[in-house]
Amino acid sequence: MASPMNSDSGWFLALALGVSFIKCLLINAYHSTDFEVHRNWLAVTHSMPVSKWYYEATSEWTLDYPPFFAWFEYGLSHVAAYFDKEMLVVRNLNYASPATVLFQRLSVIVTDVVFIYAIKEFNSWSCAIYRCCKCLREDKGKELLWKPSFILATLLLWNFGLIIVDHIHFQYNGFLFGVLLLSVARHFQSKTDGSVHWKSFSPFRFVVLGSIVLTTFALSFGPFIALGQIPQVLSRLFPFKRGLCHAYWAPNVWALYNIVDKVLSMLGVKLGMLDINKLPKATMTGGLVQEFQHTVLPSVSPLVTLICTLLSILPALFHMWYRPSGGRGFLRCIVICALGSFMFGWHVHEKAILMAILPLSWLAVEHREDARTFLILSTTGHFSLFPLLFTAQELPIKILLMLLFTIFSFTSLKKLFRGRLVSSVEATYLLGLIPLAVICELVYPLTPWHHTLPFIPLLLTSIYCALGVTYSFIRLYISLLTVPSTTSKGKCQ
Amino acid sequence: MDNWSLVSMCVLLGLTTRWAVSFNSYSGASKPPMFGDYEAQRHWQEVAYNLPVHEWYLNTTDNNLSYWGLDYPPLTAYHSLLCAYVAKLINPAWVELHTSRGYESSSHKLFMRTTVLIADILLYIPAVFLYCFYLSNGSSKKKVATALCILLYPGLILIDYGHFQYNNVSLGLALWGVVGLGSGWDLLGSLAFTLALNYKQMELYHSLPFFCYLLGKCIKQGLVGRGLFLLLKISLSVLATFALCWLPFLSEPQQVLQVLHRLFPVARGLFEDKVANTWCSLNVLIKIKTLILTHFCIAFSLALTFLFVLPSSIKLLTKPTMWQFKLALVNSSLAFFLFSFQVHEKSILLPALPVCLLMNELPLMATWFLLVSTFRLRRAFRTVTKICGAVLLARNKSNLSLCDLSLSAVTETALFLPFVQFGISMAAMAVLSTASAALEPPARLPDLFPVLVSIFSCMHFLASLLYFNFVQLTEPPSRRGQKKTN
Repeated sequence: MASPMNSDSGWFLALALGVSFIKCLLINAYHSTDFEVHRNWLAVTHSMPVSKWYYEATSEWTLDYPPFFAWFEYGLSHVAAYFDKEMLVVRNLNYASPATVLFQRLSVIVTDVVFIYAIKEFNSWSCAIYRCCKCLREDKGKELLWKPSFILATLLLWNFGLIIVDHIHFQYNGFLFGVLLLSVARHFQSKTDGSVHWKSFSPFRFVVLGSIVLTTFALSFGPFIALGQIPQVLSRLFPFKRGLCHAYWAPNVWALYNIVDKVLSMLGVKLGMLDINKLPKATMTGGLVQEFQHTVLPSVSPLVTLICTLLSILPALFHMWYRPSGGRGFLRCIVICALGSFMFGWHVHEKAILMAILPLSWLAVEHREDARTFLILSTTGHFSLFPLLFTAQELPIKILLMLLFTIFSFTSLKKLFRGRLVSSVEATYLLGLIPLAVICELVYPLTPWHHTLPFIPLLLTSIYCALGVTYSFIRLYISLLTVPSTTSKGKCQ
Repeated sequence: MDNWSLVSMCVLLGLTTRWAVSFNSYSGASKPPMFGDYEAQRHWQEVAYNLPVHEWYLNTTDNNLSYWGLDYPPLTAYHSLLCAYVAKLINPAWVELHTSRGYESSSHKLFMRTTVLIADILLYIPAVFLYCFYLSNGSSKKKVATALCILLYPGLILIDYGHFQYNNVSLGLALWGVVGLGSGWDLLGSLAFTLALNYKQMELYHSLPFFCYLLGKCIKQGLVGRGLFLLLKISLSVLATFALCWLPFLSEPQQVLQVLHRLFPVARGLFEDKVANTWCSLNVLIKIKTLILTHFCIAFSLALTFLFVLPSSIKLLTKPTMWQFKLALVNSSLAFFLFSFQVHEKSILLPALPVCLLMNELPLMATWFLLVSTFRLRRAFRTVTKICGAVLLARNKSNLSLCDLSLSAVTETALFLPFVQFGISMAAMAVLSTASAALEPPARLPDLFPVLVSIFSCMHFLASLLYFNFVQLTEPPSRRGQKKTN
């Protein structure tokens, strides 16, 4: 039963505190090399002068994020000094004292406050829009657990991918995504209609926008432009020598491309059309990060991936330009651009799927079709993150949290939209994740191939999830092109 | 349809919290020669697997009782035997006689933690849900919320998954006993409780209410006729269960005495370490432990315990309802905790479990008690986060049932316990926690903080004892949330 006013702000705080407390419990969980990466960056930014930041190479984990992140690490390093000064020494490679772990983990948890604040703002913006039209799907009168605002807050705050990537694997995605979400929310809080019609186009506004962007870039890259280090910075930010795919293939188009190439080359050898001696050995499946060539299909260069990415996102951009549909349309475009870049980008990490899943959450509580896409994308996307946590101790955590999130998203969205959200084929595909998990986590490690062909479970996960991700991408485009464009007031669909 | 999803989400949340806590260190990690409770449990597996049954409790060349000798009843030993069989399959080195002493490895830790989790999944968690769904009032959402609150009680999680013990087995069995009694299945309920008693002898703290409730029920049904028949059935089943558990030891009376001697080490003194009961707190002012002779201490503590247990038990005997039963469980175990002999701080779980069951009717007092009990246990950062978790859960739950809370708050306020005192108490706990973590105690009083915490908690427990006794003995006629009587 819905409770009086107390619960309106109370539940959000309870959700936020609850997830923070889970994050605190995960302080002593496994952390990946990214932990050392960030410790190294703390050390580099703290101990070295700015001119050396992008040249420092004592550790293999060189600074490969843009300057604002470096400044962020610099700020953190001053707090770190109170926990353990030793972590700020560049030579202390792989230094991980309890105080270091505590500090690093706490920094992620505390900076997530930005993310939490952003969600709150986002929610209040959505509620503001709800109030200006008489919609069926209003917040009022509903039980707390099935209110759209509650569902959205939970889907974002308790997002499985974000928790395991940020708080176990170790990264700062929550904070960064919070900044993005805040910028979107602020942008639409200032006006009800996000469109820029040609009629109201003004050179003045364009110049103001342009100068804001340029100033930000200037602040960020300024010092390095002054030092003449831009080529070095860019080479660190965009390391094209790393190969088309990461050691673990992100479930995108290139993963499918790779497997087709492999199958064709095996078929070719079997049918006698290819000479096995001329084939490069164990290139892509070797699990190493390097440049490689395809055997049967043409090799893919960074330029090709760029063109493919642009081609995949241009229709969405044009659609938004010519038929703007307020906040929802803008978010849809963001999702498609994020997913397009994920699908066709160069050296994509599987964690990038979160950039598409998180904004899609908002669309999912709004629109039935998007809810369907969200369920497929989030389930497969989150499952594709499983190989990130490969230790036995973390296995129960990832399964329990995944189940928790999946059950919540399915039951809440089903309750919100009444009726089946996934077709039988889709349901079968999603249920197929269970035997896949059993094979990859439990059965395969007990087989003899575990040592000779360790890449197989990763390959299977990657390919299986790539199908779901590709399908979601297509669905998103279909819903973009078929949903009638509306003004921001017309939320009721 | 909604229920199963809410229930599964609660279970998943409970299991996640438990497993996440298990990442941390266990008692006695890397601390030779004695290590801690974790090594004790591992050692019992070793003893149970390698030695014949009649040697388990004896001091022999193969079984040195001074190194973590078995001091729980036989069911613990059988459980250890079961775990040992599994351990042997995975890695025999874990339970090798003598050579496995002090064995520590990450895979062994994983194994041990898994055994606790399995016990939770099989025993404790189902009992909690059965209790909430069949023996508590309110909407299904409220029942699920109550179950979640009970599952997230930090004290049990910290001791079982942090320190390392198997309290979930004995408490789970005791809870099955409560569920059985509440559903009218007296025989099964008493069977479950007997098993709990045979797992850990501390369940004796709960035994008096079980006894009085069942006896009272028999008397109500008439001591000539159905009542007598029921009494006989229960007595026979209890005796049979005891006999079954103690079967291997019944061949010689010497064996039985030896086991009892291990279970009740009266030679160890009035209390050990810092425990939040009256004796330890009194010891600060008057050194009773050294001033008074042991057998005098035993007599004194026995007398005081029974003094405080008697009113509640008599009331239960005359009015055997579930509400009275739950309150009696609290009062009895709290009285034992505060006044009994050789009480360990972990025994606070015994009153904590029945207090969890009172969460629906007395949310404020229950939450207050549970928070103090957790605060008492360990003052690590983890504990602080767990306390916060519990607080927000309580708050969340109270949000979901605001009108119920206000009604019981009214009742509670009528008994002079406003929210203000709760707030002050919480603030004091926060200050004490921060101080003990951040400050160094003065050189003259190295134990200052543990003693302060101990006394603080003891005061709260004494107040709770008086309060719960008051509630039980002066049961108001129109008690909202009265359980269905059977």
